[in-house]
Parts: sequence; structure tokens; C-alpha cells
Amino acid sequence: MSVGRFLRSLRGLSLSGRIGLGLVLFWGVVALVGPMLAPHPVGAFVDRDVFGGYSSRFPLGSDYLGRDVLSRLLSGARYTVGLGASAAIAACMVGTGLALVAALGSRWTDELLSRFMDTLLSIPSKILALVLIAAFGSSLLLLMVIAAFTYVPGNYRIARALAVNLNQTDFVVAARARGERATHIALFEILPNMIHPLLADFGLRFVFIVLLLSALSFLGLGVQPPAADLGSLVRENISGIVEGAPAILMPALAIATLTVGVNLLIDALPRAGRR
Amino acid sequence: MADASANPYVAVSGLRVSARRPDGSDFDIVSDIDFSLARGEVLALIGESGSGKTTIALAMLGHARNGAAITGGSIRVGDVDLASLGAADLRALRGNRICYVAQSAAAAFNPARTIMDQAIEAALVHGLMSRAEAEAKAVGLFGELGLPRPESIGRKYPHQFSGGQLQRLMAAMALMSDPDLIILDEPTTALDVTTQIGVLQAFRNVVRRRGTTAIYVSHDLAVVAQMADHILVLQQGHIVEAGRAARMIEAPEQDYTRTLMAAAHPAPSVPERGPAADVPLLEVRGVTAGYGRIDAAGHPAIPVLRDVSLSLQRGQTLGVIGESGSGKSTLARAISGLLPPARGQVLLDGAPLPPGLKGRTRDDFRRVQIVFQNADVALNPAQSVRQILKRPLAFYHGLRGAAADARIAELLDLIRLPATIGDRRCTELSGGQKQRVNLARALAANPDIILCDEVTSALDTVVGAAILDLLADLRRDLGIGMIFISHDISTVRAICDDILVLYHGHAVEQGPRDTFAEALHHPYTRLLVSSVPELRIGWLPDAGSAPPLPPVDESGNAADLCPFLARCDTRVAGLCDASFPPRHRLPTGNEILCHFADEKLLPFARGNMGAA
Repeated sequence: MSVGRFLRSLRGLSLSGRIGLGLVLFWGVVALVGPMLAPHPVGAFVDRDVFGGYSSRFPLGSDYLGRDVLSRLLSGARYTVGLGASAAIAACMVGTGLALVAALGSRWTDELLSRFMDTLLSIPSKILALVLIAAFGSSLLLLMVIAAFTYVPGNYRIARALAVNLNQTDFVVAARARGERATHIALFEILPNMIHPLLADFGLRFVFIVLLLSALSFLGLGVQPPAADLGSLVRENISGIVEGAPAILMPALAIATLTVGVNLLIDALPRAGRR
Repeated sequence: MADASANPYVAVSGLRVSARRPDGSDFDIVSDIDFSLARGEVLALIGESGSGKTTIALAMLGHARNGAAITGGSIRVGDVDLASLGAADLRALRGNRICYVAQSAAAAFNPARTIMDQAIEAALVHGLMSRAEAEAKAVGLFGELGLPRPESIGRKYPHQFSGGQLQRLMAAMALMSDPDLIILDEPTTALDVTTQIGVLQAFRNVVRRRGTTAIYVSHDLAVVAQMADHILVLQQGHIVEAGRAARMIEAPEQDYTRTLMAAAHPAPSVPERGPAADVPLLEVRGVTAGYGRIDAAGHPAIPVLRDVSLSLQRGQTLGVIGESGSGKSTLARAISGLLPPARGQVLLDGAPLPPGLKGRTRDDFRRVQIVFQNADVALNPAQSVRQILKRPLAFYHGLRGAAADARIAELLDLIRLPATIGDRRCTELSGGQKQRVNLARALAANPDIILCDEVTSALDTVVGAAILDLLADLRRDLGIGMIFISHDISTVRAICDDILVLYHGHAVEQGPRDTFAEALHHPYTRLLVSSVPELRIGWLPDAGSAPPLPPVDESGNAADLCPFLARCDTRVAGLCDASFPPRHRLPTGNEILCHFADEKLLPFARGNMGAA
């Protein structure tokens, strides 16, 4: 898809697609420049009160230790957006790549890969993450690798099912009768036709990864304090929920808008692409 | 209709169905439709796809497809005006007083429920009769429609039936409530000719006997001539001509009606046969192909094609005909290397081709191109027409940039599509346009041979005729050899030099086209030819007069006997059910797979030989 065509397809977006695009762009910008806009340092205890309400000094209140929620939110977004997106992209690329190899390769390649993925599926993701972090210590790169690794098999499953079906279609058979190599068939005949369901899958994986990261952060194994991703902001302020503190509402709202935005945009894309 | 009685049973006047464009403006799918029908009459709606026949048929149920609405006119069936009814009243009417038989019976049945449950469902839902009554009635209808073992058939599931039987079951389902009006939407279009004739007979008998009022939607005038009392010709949502069937067939008044009739029987367009080269362009020697494990003797577990040989000269067309499952498409796949033959050889210009895709050079691939039946799925929906055509140009000829663009323009011109179509995706094209692009992709390779697998089957007769003209031109101008696979013998006779008849994977007859107009043939060829509906009122009763054959004893090893034994009306006990038939050369020059080679093959039981 050329850049011009891509822009044209954006212009054809439905209302929900435009809303999704707006939300995604908003969070992208926040992830890039958020820390520079933060009024307070991310770990500074600036409020004497805990779970403070909305005020002119702390627009989004303060958290369970009296830190500025707005600052923490602005700094935390980059972990969620960056880690989530890069892990989801890595998972989808590896999963889809292997799926294409399995669908087009020999029966044995397919068997080996598929059984290997089944084995991976049977390992509980959080236990795996615990073991790996215990072995190597927590780092952002390791978190990304773990998140990606955990979601490769699911994506592989879906992509393989799509690719196997497409592999039987007449246009792929026609390409084969033309003498095309497997790589051409995979990249130019099959892949473009599975992009839309894969994007929908990508949206799901992204949400799951955000949840996995926040679960790890809750255990103290994720993003290390005083830095925090959006998920751990929710977790650490969980006790504020009884008083309806903005410290928990705002990060939750942030996650919701981010994931809803991603999915709205992805759902709108196929329709724009087909016109 | 002018000659309908003063108080017609079905009356439609000023019917208009409209839909909305994306920009908000309305347009009419059909408009100004008027017709009327007396009780017990059959009206046929004829036209190309997009002419609005199905739209009118659905309107008779008070239904309009998603996005469309009935915006004007009145539809009266019996004493009910459909336009004035609400959703609940319409629901009470559908499947009860007005019934619909869809084109694809295979897709219309629920695979998880028995035939009987589905056949009586509507009658029970509408509370017309008790379950026992309904089952008794269904059994009676199964018998009337000529289904085997009507008493026990209801316990079976849809996958246990053939396409023709499912179509009859659909009709039985629709007749359960003795409807005021039954709508048959292209009920035999997807069937083989040999199956179609039986289904048509069953429909005709049951409609006549029960005095059912029916609307028959079809694109095939010859089929309609057998069923209808009145014919209504539609074009782009308007009535072109209407009248009694006999008058319409014998003396059509409008040019468009005449075009439709001409397209049904393509005129022969075969150029003079050139001198045969010593080495044929393509030769297939004793090819056996199939699926599953191949045993030591080279027989696959499920053989589809058995010991088929053929040869093709440059610039010639070989027609391959047979019913579905006869191995026609498998032949194309075996030649193209998609399905490596278990035995036998494919030779290109005298040199053997590697059996599978592996080992073939890029030039081998270039020289043999295959065009698939269904252009809807044979073109990558993610690519534009230009991208689709660009690939073979780059792949085979290394053409890129401006040179490729120039060649694409040439190709589009060759297949008579405007150059502006290049940037559209094939999902935005019509069926005929897609098939042209499908063809252009094969032509982009500059092939020596094109394998055309049922390229006109999914198209309307008029569009199909245009594609056939195009093929004839291409062949004359470019000297391409062509294997034309089809189930339609009239098409094959119109454009092919030689004809090969396949039955259950055996080549039962092959020879030049001219001899196919003569009388001496393999019994299967005769059956095929005589099953093609003729554009003549009263053809069906004539053609269908043969008594059913007694079943054959299937205790012997069927693989060692004549493949056509069970359906042959020429068979002789003690010979045909004892040994495999030899290959004979008939005096006409045709080679047939039969025990006989003399006047015994002349048609006697069926009376007429379709020389028409």
C-alpha cells in the first residue's frame, strides 16, 4: 500500500474510525512528549494528602503516597504504549511469519511448528515470566521479550488457520501454476489477504499485553518503581476505589481510551481499505 | 399478460423496487413491472444477471433485499395485496401460501437435520397439519418428484443426496402446503445437463398435475420453453417483451430477445484447420491421476483420471466435456503440474515435461497457462487489476515500469476493457469483466497453450458468448493452442476443432468436431447430446420418453467393467457386465471406449439424435 493510498484510506474512515485514530494519535503523542510536560518529578511526594481530589495544583489528584497523578500518568503512558505496542508487533510478526512457513512448508515443518506452539501454549505465562525475571532480573527489554513470547502461539494459531485456508484458494493455486516461489506466494498473495483479521488480532494481543504488564508490575516484577506503567498505576491505587479517587479512575480511563481507540481504528481500517 | 382472464390469479402492476446509493440518491432496480397470471399457469422471468429477475421474484414474497425496498405498485396473489401487509402477515404467508425454491439447494439445506424434519418444518410452523399428516404428504411428494425410496428417504441427511435430488427435495418442501404461488429461482442452473433433464421433468409433471401457479426464473430460454406458459424478458429492470411462450420462441419481436436466443446456441466459429505438424504442440500419453497413496502398479487410491491420451496442434482448440466429477478439471491440473500424474507423460513440443511443478523451468510454466473457472476466487482480492497483470509480465518477461504499463494497456485493449479499469480492484468488477482479467493474466505470459477450465460456466449466456468470441479471436490472431473444458456440449461444438468426452475419468470418445454431428456415437455422448434442452416447445416430453433402466447387479468388480455400464441403454448382458471394453475406431474416425463399433450404437430407444 503506497503512502498516498494509505492517506486516501484514512480520509474514507468512518466516524468511529476517526475517533479511534484521534485516540491513538493522542496517546502516541503523550508517550513521546509526556515526561517533558509533567509538572512534577515522577517519584516526588508533593501532596500531604493521599488520594487527593481534583484541584488546580493537582488537576488529576494525588495518589496513595501523595504523588501527582497527572505527572505519573504522563510518564507512565510511554511504558504501556511503547512496551505494549512493540511486544504486540513482535508477537504478531513472529507468529505470522512462522504460520506462513508452516502453511506453505512441508507437512513435517507444519507438524513440528504446530506441536511446539501447542507446548508453549500450555506453559502459564505468568509463571514463565516469574522464572525468567528471577533468572535475568527485570529490564524493559526482557519484559518486552516475555510479553511477545507469551503471545506468539495465539497469533500463530490464528494466522496459520487463515493461511491454510488462503493456500487452497484459486488465486494461490494460479500463482503456483505460474511457477511462483513460496516466498512470493506468502508475501504477495496470502499475507495481504489476512492483514485485516490479523490487525483485529493485534488489537486483542495489545490489550492482553497491557494487562500482563500491569499484573507483573503488581507483583513488583514489571516496570520498577518509582516509574510505573498505566496498569501498575491502577494496581497501586486500588485501595482508592472505595472513595472514588481520581488516582485510580484516571489511569483506568487512560487504559480504556487507549485500548478502545486501538480497536476502533483497527475495526474501521478494513472498510476503508476495501473502498 | 394480455390474454390472461379478466380476473387473474396473480396480478402485479407498476411494481418498483428501489435502493439507495452511497451518496444518498435513490435508483430503481426494477420499475414499471406489470404482469398477470391465471391459476395453474407458469410464468418465466428471463434476463441476464442484473436484469432484476430475482428482485421481482423476491418481491412476490413481499421481500426486498437488504438496502432495497418495494417503493411502488401493487402485488396481488389470490385475494391478498402483499403491499398492504405488515411483517407478521407476510411471515404467515411465506412458506405457506407463497413458497420459494432457491438456486443452490445444497446451500439451502441445514446439514445437521434430517430431510424429513426440514421438509415438514414449514407446514408445522404454520400449523397446517399434524406431524403424521405432514410426513405422509411429504412421502407422497417425494414419490411424485421421482425420488428413490420415498418412504425411507426422509431419515437421511442432505449430504447423502446428489445436487439434482436436493433440488427435487426443495421443490417437495415448497409444495407441502399446496401454495397459491411457487417461485423457482434458477433451480437447475447449477446442475449437469443429464441431471437437469430429470429435474425439469419432475418439476413439469408435478406442476402440471397439481395445477400449481408458478414463477420460474432463469437465464436459459431453452429450459424456460419447456416449463412456461408465458415468458417475460427483462433487461436492466424493465420489461423488454412479454407474451405466450410459443409466440415468444417462434416469433420474438424485440432485438434483445433475439440476442438472448442467439446466445443460447453459439454459432460455430472455428477457423480452417491448418496442416498438422509432425510433433504436436501438446501431447498427453496414458495419463492416470488421482488422490491418495499410489500403489506399486502406479494406481492412486482414488483415481480420478484413467489412461487418458490426447494431442493438440498449435492454434487448435480441444474441447473436453463431461459431467461434474468426470475428471475434466483434474486433466487441466495434471497438464499444468498442479497434480502430478501417477502414470503417463505430458509432452510439450515432443519433450516430456516434469510431472509436478518441481523441475519445470520458468519457460515451461510460461508456455502452459491455466485459466480457472471461477474468476471471483481466481483473482487476488487484495490486488488491483494492474498489479494482477504486472506480475506475470515481470515474472516471465522481466518487464517493468513504462514497458510493463504499455503492455498492460495492450492487454486490456486485447480483452476489450477500458484502460481506466487498471486501478480498480477486481472485487469492484462484474463477473464478465473479472473473467476477462483472468484471461488477460494468462495472456500476459505469451503462452503457447491455455487451459480454460469452464471459463464461461459462471457467466450469463450473453456475457459468456462475448468471452467465447474473444477466445476465438485470440486463437486466430495469436495462434494459441487451447484446451477448453466445459460441461456444455453446444459451446464445445461451436468453438472446438476436436472433442474429448470424459466419463468417470475415462476418455469414452474422442474425435474431430465434424463427426459429432453424425449419428454413430458412444452411448454416453448420445445421452449428453440428447439432454441439452432445445429451444422448442415440447422438447422435454419427447426427450424424456425413455423408460428407466433396470439396475445392474453390482456384485462384480466394477473397476474391471465398462464405466458407463449402469447408465447405458445399449448394454448387453454377458458382454458389457463381464469385461472391460476395448478402444475402437468408428468409421467416422472417432475413437470410443465401448464393446460395440457398429450400428448397435445408433440411437433407437431415444428416437432423436441431437444434430440440431
